[in-house]
Amino acid sequence: METKAFQKIYTKLTQITKATFSLKATGIGYDELAFVNGKLAQVVKILGDTVTLQVFGGTEGIPTNAEVTFLGKAPTLKVSDDLAGRFFNAYGEPIDGGPPVEGEEREIGGPSVNPVRRKQPSELIATGIAGIDLNNTLVSGQKIPFFADPDQPYNQVMAMVALRARTDKIILGGMGLTNDDYLFYKNVFDNAGALDRIISFVNTTEDPPVERLLVPDMALTAAEYFAVDKNQSVLVLLTDMTLFADALSIVSNRMDQIPSKDSMPGSLYSDLAKIYEKAVQFPEGGSITIIAVTTLSGGDITHAIPDNTGYITEGQLFLRRDSDIGKVIVDPFRSLSRLKQLVIGIKTREDHPQVMNAAVRLFADAANAKTKLENGFDLTDYDERSLEFAKDYSNKLLAIDVNIDIDEMLDTGWSLFDKHFKKEEIGIKKDLVDKYWPKN
Amino acid sequence: MSTKGKVKGIIANLVIVGADGPVSQNEICYIHYRNIQLMAEVIKVVGNDAYVQVFESTRELKIGDDVSFTGRMLEVTLGPGILSKNYDGLQNDLNKMEGVFLKRGEYTNPLDEEKLWKFKPLAKPGDNVIAGDWLGQVDENDMPHKIMVPFSFGGTYHVKKISGEGKYKIADTVAILVDKEGKDIPVNMIQKWPVKIPITAFKEKPRPFKLLETGVRIIDTLDPIVEGGTGFIPGPFGCGKTVLQHAISKQAEADIVIVAACGERANEVVELFTEFPELEDVRTGKKLMERTTIIANTSNMPVAAREASVYTAMTLGEYYRSMGLRILMLADSTSRWAQALREMSNRLEELPGPDAFPMDLPAVISNFYSRAGYTILNNGETGSITFIGTVSPAGGNLKEPVTESTKKAARCFYALSQQRSDSKRYPAVDPIDSYSKYLEYPEFEEYIEKTISEKWIEQVNKTKTYLQRGKETYEQINILGDDGVPIDYHVTFWKSEVIDFVILQQDAFDKVDQSTPIERQEYMLESILELCESDFKFESFTEVDLYFKRIINQYKQMNYSEFKSEKFNNFENELNQIIQERIIVT
Ligand SMILES: Nc1ncnc2c1ncn2[C@@H]1O[C@H](COP(=O)(O)OP(=O)(O)O)[C@@H](O)[C@H]1O
Ligand SMILES: [Mg+2]
Repeated sequence: METKAFQKIYTKLTQITKATFSLKATGIGYDELAFVNGKLAQVVKILGDTVTLQVFGGTEGIPTNAEVTFLGKAPTLKVSDDLAGRFFNAYGEPIDGGPPVEGEEREIGGPSVNPVRRKQPSELIATGIAGIDLNNTLVSGQKIPFFADPDQPYNQVMAMVALRARTDKIILGGMGLTNDDYLFYKNVFDNAGALDRIISFVNTTEDPPVERLLVPDMALTAAEYFAVDKNQSVLVLLTDMTLFADALSIVSNRMDQIPSKDSMPGSLYSDLAKIYEKAVQFPEGGSITIIAVTTLSGGDITHAIPDNTGYITEGQLFLRRDSDIGKVIVDPFRSLSRLKQLVIGIKTREDHPQVMNAAVRLFADAANAKTKLENGFDLTDYDERSLEFAKDYSNKLLAIDVNIDIDEMLDTGWSLFDKHFKKEEIGIKKDLVDKYWPKN
Repeated sequence: MSTKGKVKGIIANLVIVGADGPVSQNEICYIHYRNIQLMAEVIKVVGNDAYVQVFESTRELKIGDDVSFTGRMLEVTLGPGILSKNYDGLQNDLNKMEGVFLKRGEYTNPLDEEKLWKFKPLAKPGDNVIAGDWLGQVDENDMPHKIMVPFSFGGTYHVKKISGEGKYKIADTVAILVDKEGKDIPVNMIQKWPVKIPITAFKEKPRPFKLLETGVRIIDTLDPIVEGGTGFIPGPFGCGKTVLQHAISKQAEADIVIVAACGERANEVVELFTEFPELEDVRTGKKLMERTTIIANTSNMPVAAREASVYTAMTLGEYYRSMGLRILMLADSTSRWAQALREMSNRLEELPGPDAFPMDLPAVISNFYSRAGYTILNNGETGSITFIGTVSPAGGNLKEPVTESTKKAARCFYALSQQRSDSKRYPAVDPIDSYSKYLEYPEFEEYIEKTISEKWIEQVNKTKTYLQRGKETYEQINILGDDGVPIDYHVTFWKSEVIDFVILQQDAFDKVDQSTPIERQEYMLESILELCESDFKFESFTEVDLYFKRIINQYKQMNYSEFKSEKFNNFENELNQIIQERIIVT
């Protein structure tokens, strides 16, 4: 983004805070970009002739006589097929040593899809992981985050899911990604021979935090190009949205907005919704699916970031370590795929919904038995059996290292019911029990 | 000369406009941007400065941009053709918009200009009429849509002429009224009404008393709602607010359903768009969409229009209520509307109340809920708006301003519990915390005695007691241990589990189980109370849970079968055999 010759240069800043500065200027458009001493900034407030801008790279070292030039436009990305296989920073500039991408220049953060022009999602995305496919089935056009503590292997799981998902494009939006994780993604995609269908917009921990605010919109503008113009199925990975929200709060706090819960801006819900609602199934076949990561602090999902996220996304995949089997599982209680109804028992075998629910209910019985045990009470025979079941269920189905197809997951479910319970104890419709209960 | 102005300041969707003439609170203005106009509403005036909330993105607006004020508040357009429509929060017809993406400044006509309606006069020349009186009616999806004296008409009018039976367009004159001064006033089928002002063209608003069947057992049996009643569903995310509301919208015994998707997910509205034109209304055999209007202002659509969307929906409801119809209005989620108010209040730098919500939030919410109700019209007919809103409490904590304010305004409380949802006990309505104030209304009791049975309310209260006792016993067992309590405790607990699994839990995705007519609810409750009142013999507590699980299993199979079908009867016979194994006959 170069400045144009005729543009007026301002050199008198009237106020500087950690993330914003103000100056006197006229004829400026809301949301417009500017350069301040070579750093990119965006207009966030105009009052009379006083314009306030947020500086993506932070205001460190910006003097009151800094040179400010306005670009006369909101942030844009040049889109074309040449995006494929490339790595960019938060501004959409190449960081892989390659040439800039030529193509149509589009504003990022563009308008919303008219809800009546959407199609109801119906394509199942199989991942091989039973904690997902069996209990929380994903559907293309869905938006869903992993809720995980920072020490969970969410980036690994996400990369695995992305590669198994068989979409036309995978777009990685990295926010506050450590350099190691960035290289991890690069390697995994490279080793899988998938680099030519991957596009990455990356802000690492080494980059200024406010720059992250651009990453989701950049990634989704690229996604819309492939999904709308090319009718492709696009999977967008956003990691870590908690760091994105933190950057939002930095800017809003610097603008003296009244914070709401957990020091987050009052507009957090709308800000996150604008991003996640870009997930869509288009009638022409293109789709955008968003899988995100929201890191938790100490598993607390009532914090404003996961809480608002949960209200927006179509479920969440909750990762936790199961100490009984020493593996990471997709927690069946706290996880949910709200779109699973659209495919389970329809695109999958008829017994899917009931097997899924019965297994989770029995797992809950085991949790109760465990509480009893911890409180020093004797266990009944049923308690003992449900505990045994829970261990098998965790190992064979919930653990993230499972990789089988959905019929196999269902068969495994039935064989575990058979091993630990009587037919009356599982509460499944009789027709299904008659048909699928293992015969021997 | 209408007032003009110029943009003086921009903070996100709050724009400050210097006006050159009078402006009023809530007046609509348009900001001229390139060749389009962006709609905005005045929300505060200081001197000559009007603070307006823009219903669109303000990207690229500049200081000095022209503004023109309309002299009118935000209005809806009322007339035949509202049913089956999909509107945004400002009543733009979404289907009339071109292209995949919403465009700024694109406003579409909520009604269809060209469509011909079969008109039948109801009033006759010489009649004296007042606002809301019925002049004629047209068929709207086989529903009698009344053409009324516009609500804005004050005083009495004289009918001079009324069109005969025939086909007319909405803009055709169908009546000529004469006002007090003797002036002729032509009336067509269109009228406008400001959404923030309630339509009060009715005689009185008595306490509601008629059961509104929803087909959801935990509501109808345990905490019933009435025609013209109010209720709300608070719950953490994922606990089933939307699924429950959708179930009610499909099954409830209403003439017209208005769904306001207010700041929630677009895909959930798409579900309605997809299913409603296919699904049948069991009572009329017509498609659900024919009796439904959807207001979709999803979370990614402009925030200010989100606030407007619930008012738009309520005003449409009031319009149809004035025709003597039963309206069910649902809003998902009223918290998003409250958040929209909060965002604006923050930008206005108002002194914040609890959790940074505006100070007047409780008043705003209670005013809104008070627009629902059962009304007796001027001609003696009745109409009703039953309103059920969802609330999305931050962090799932019900001690927050929106939940607390709503609790004061709504008469039914359907609290969704995280714990019940985690253990997949859907619908996750907490049977102990939830309540319906209507159960205490003598007029409701009287109505139920006539329509269901004399002992129904007593049975309902008994059921609640069993549930309460079950919960207490469960806590005791947890403290003292399985063998630290008498076997009876286990039996009491398991009886409450039978009620829970068979009456309270209901599979919203099963064709049969999803909706239970009241006769079937009565039959099942009767059967289960009989079981609860019986004594059973057990040698040890370990026998208790397996036995009751068999009973539950049998009942569940009944729930999944057509009522009184052969299958249903067989399961019931098997159930009776199981009961015979251990029942103590006295
Ligand atoms: N009555 C029900 N029967 C079966 N599943 C349900 C029921 N209610 C909720 N669920 C499950 O819970 C999920 C979340 O429900 P939803 O209504 O979207 O929650 P909320 O609106 O409270 O966030 C649904 O996608 C579905 O899987
Ligand atoms: Mg919901």
